[in-house]
Amino acid sequence: MPTVSMSVNGKQYSGEVEARTLLSQFIRDQLGLTGTHIGCDTSQCGACVVHVDGRSVKSCTTLALQADGADVTTIEGLAKDGQLHPMQEAFRENHGLQCGFCTPGMVMSAVDLVNNNPNPSEETIRENLDGNICRCTGYHNIVKAVKAGAQGMGG
Amino acid sequence: MHDFQYHKPGSVADAAAAAAGAEDGSFLAGGQTLIPTLKQRLAAPSDLVDLSGVSELQGITVSGDSVTIGAMTRHADVAASGDVAAAILALAALAGGIGDPQVRNRGTIGGSIANNDPAADYPAAVLGLNATVNTNKRSIAADDFFTGMFETALEEGELITSVSFPVPEAANYQKFHNPASRYALVGVMVAKTGGGVRVAVTGAGPCVFRASSLEQALAGGLSSSALDGASVSADGLNSDIHATPEYRAHLVKVMAGRAADAAGG
Repeated sequence: MPTVSMSVNGKQYSGEVEARTLLSQFIRDQLGLTGTHIGCDTSQCGACVVHVDGRSVKSCTTLALQADGADVTTIEGLAKDGQLHPMQEAFRENHGLQCGFCTPGMVMSAVDLVNNNPNPSEETIRENLDGNICRCTGYHNIVKAVKAGAQGMGG
Repeated sequence: MHDFQYHKPGSVADAAAAAAGAEDGSFLAGGQTLIPTLKQRLAAPSDLVDLSGVSELQGITVSGDSVTIGAMTRHADVAASGDVAAAILALAALAGGIGDPQVRNRGTIGGSIANNDPAADYPAAVLGLNATVNTNKRSIAADDFFTGMFETALEEGELITSVSFPVPEAANYQKFHNPASRYALVGVMVAKTGGGVRVAVTGAGPCVFRASSLEQALAGGLSSSALDGASVSADGLNSDIHATPEYRAHLVKVMAGRAADAAGG
């Protein structure tokens, strides 16, 4: 079997995988990082979004081998020293979730958006959450959370 | 997904050799269509040849009169390129409207046009802007490249290396989204080029096509009012729960008018 190596949340991992192993499966099943959720498994819902070399991607639509040598960040990698990341804190403060299933992907997509666009308008936020589906909230509090998170991140 | 042999070559020559040596090989570009297709077992290649390590397929080159985009260039990079925006704003804007941000971070121009999905955006840019598709064997004019639904002029083992877009005098792309999938229900690229006005339509039919009746109507100037007397035939257009052929034909004219006005003659 091929071997894959990558940095995940700052730690180096390597392991043997079947070529068909998805990045989402590698993260959850081999590394035990179950904060990355698998919702639709058809590239639509965005619950599985992680960052690969600083860009948000759907880990259910990426092979683990495609991330060989990459720097991967999952939702578990955002909080530092017991402090929630400003975007996580903003989701909590603004009640940007109900069941919470979509939240890891929402937060990862939102952080990528703000990294590229420090002060996004409501319209920009809505456009950029195109790849993340929430079936509980109706999105209003998610949009508020992303706006507050952007301020928290220094935008 | 069935398992496969995975290859990651470092050059176009090695990629072609890996595909040629496989029983049933497939190139892997961004994977945003191919991986879902494999997951559904709609395809089961024996070998995948990942092109992401081939540096000669990457990058954007803008010269005075053309924009050349490497086949493995991601949609997000085309959308964010100031050079592309300065030369062909319609192309950067089209790339920035494909799928969602995560798809744009992985998907590539070469993968998109090789796949030739009937509702993909890039085929409208390639055909509307009269681009040339460069492969490891030859150069193919846009008018000859897209041959049918998910079909192109590419031969077995032939690999797209880059796409060259001549800079138009004016161009604009307008997309009517399917509200659920966000794919183009109808997308229209209108361009005024050295060779005349071109109108390329995606989403409406089984394959991207040029709307010659609209091209003729816009020949005198890019303005929606020039389309008043023009019509688009519904014959052969797609029919599904989202839209009838007649509604798609109507949308082609409406979106072409919006694109013509936005391109501004």
